[in-house]
Amino acid sequence: MESPRDRRPPDSRRPSRDAGRSRWWNAAWLDVLQFTVFVAGLLGLAVSGAIGMGYNWQWYRVPEYLVRIVEGELLWGPLAHGLLVTLELTGWSVLVTLAIGLAAALLRLSDSFSGRIVAKVYVEAVRSTPLLIQVYLFYFVLGPILGLDRFWVGVLALSIFEGAFAGEVIRAGILSVRRGQWEAGASLGLSRRQLYRSVVLPQAVPLMLPPLTGIVISLVRNSAIVSVIAVFDLTTEARNIIAETFLSFEIWITVAAIYLAFTVALSVAANRLEHHVRA
Amino acid sequence: MIELDGVSKWFGAFQVLRDVRLRVAEGERIVICGPSGSGKSTLIRCINRLEEHQEGRVVFAGRELGADAAGLTEVRREIGMVFQEFNLFPHLTVLENCMLGPVRVLGMTPADARERAMEFLVRVRIPEQAGKHPAQLSGGQQQRAAIARSLCMRPRVMLFDEPTSALDPVMIKEVLDVMNDLAQSGMTMIVVTHEMGFARTVADRVAFMDEGSIVECLPPDRFFTNPADERTKRFLSQIL
Ligand SMILES: Nc1ncnc2c1ncn2[C@@H]1O[C@H](COP(=O)(O)OP(=O)(O)OP(=O)(O)O)[C@@H](O)[C@H]1O
Ligand SMILES: [Mg+2]
Repeated sequence: MESPRDRRPPDSRRPSRDAGRSRWWNAAWLDVLQFTVFVAGLLGLAVSGAIGMGYNWQWYRVPEYLVRIVEGELLWGPLAHGLLVTLELTGWSVLVTLAIGLAAALLRLSDSFSGRIVAKVYVEAVRSTPLLIQVYLFYFVLGPILGLDRFWVGVLALSIFEGAFAGEVIRAGILSVRRGQWEAGASLGLSRRQLYRSVVLPQAVPLMLPPLTGIVISLVRNSAIVSVIAVFDLTTEARNIIAETFLSFEIWITVAAIYLAFTVALSVAANRLEHHVRA
Repeated sequence: MIELDGVSKWFGAFQVLRDVRLRVAEGERIVICGPSGSGKSTLIRCINRLEEHQEGRVVFAGRELGADAAGLTEVRREIGMVFQEFNLFPHLTVLENCMLGPVRVLGMTPADARERAMEFLVRVRIPEQAGKHPAQLSGGQQQRAAIARSLCMRPRVMLFDEPTSALDPVMIKEVLDVMNDLAQSGMTMIVVTHEMGFARTVADRVAFMDEGSIVECLPPDRFFTNPADERTKRFLSQIL
């Protein structure tokens, strides 16, 4: 029998929210899965190739590039330093990406015609040029003009790239809040700012979290691209080590495993956060 | 208190409101009825400017509604609105729904706002639901919570857009009882509804709308027994 609860207006039943959530969910895990399959494929290829060409495996030499113990003291190796730089790079980039994304989303949803155009052109331009080209553009053109060092050029290039995607995610989240919610808030006399803060974002943010996790994971992966401007991140350190030692298989496999561990850890953390926000 | 003077509105090429004139005095209760699509919702939404009109003037308490955003929030806090779909904030409890406006807009302390919210939740007879989220309430309870939320702003006017159309008969009565109480307390009310029993007993005047115009606006005894216009007669014969 149908209870009154089942006949609540669509507003409170939130069917679309749950449907949307499970879809985004898969997207975040799909990202990790793709990466895992990719790494596994690479591994398989490497092993079979190595056997074929009689590669001389020297795994015992790898740990010293992560961490060494000299006279009872712990010394971090270049890979650990690289990881730290990658962490720092992505950490800052996440913050700037969210700021840019929020600004782009609000601009696109604003009443200002020119604001909407600017935001739209930004999103389209960023999405239709390769990240590598954007990094070069920042490094050779904007960096010198703004007087930024490599690290911040990297942060800015990554954030502007991912900010376009984050902007779309945030915009979609905001648009998913029903019109009646805006109207109810407005009829109480809330200003636009208060509406966003007290009514719209609290409902939209839980929806945004899973796709934003996907963006953070893609930030981690794309942070490797800034190694082309010689920021001493994980990928750059790996290349330097290989140039000296020719341990290419061992080091690349190790580096891939580190990225993988990082992104999986992020997914798990985001998953926790999401449950926390929904509760 | 409210004056609509020659208000016209178009959605694209389609004219929804045609030269609407209506004056509502303080304490007066107006019921608006009419066929679907005649522009009833659009009309009352023009009063707190959820819709913008293109011609004519909408004046509330001596202030004309225009594009000025600051003045608009000033006016809106004095006009309560109740929607067909309730539109409670699903992420907040009933109590928090009622406290949001007083705290954010009126700048009350949470303690004062809580006290006021409980006072109005008692008035709409759901104090025991205060700690629940809207999704845990029946439709009738949700609509009464929405009424309490509006009343917590101590508005000078209450607008209702088909407040009972999404409800079962039992719940309709719960909501109408609350609206009756409100009318008894002297609140100025503009109510779009097809509850003709409510119109008969509570309204000072009943307006009939058709194709964007107010065809006639009469006291209920005359409206129900002796309407002037053919269209009103036809509508009444269908609905009664
Ligand atoms: N945002 C909009 N854009 C275009 N047309 C609209 C919009 N809102 C309403 N209309 C049209 O304006 C007309 C009047 O709508 P309105 O909602 O005011 O009617 P109503 O009298 O409240 O009807 P109902 O009894 O169905 O609620 C309808 O024909 C509707 O299709
Ligand atoms: Mg309507």
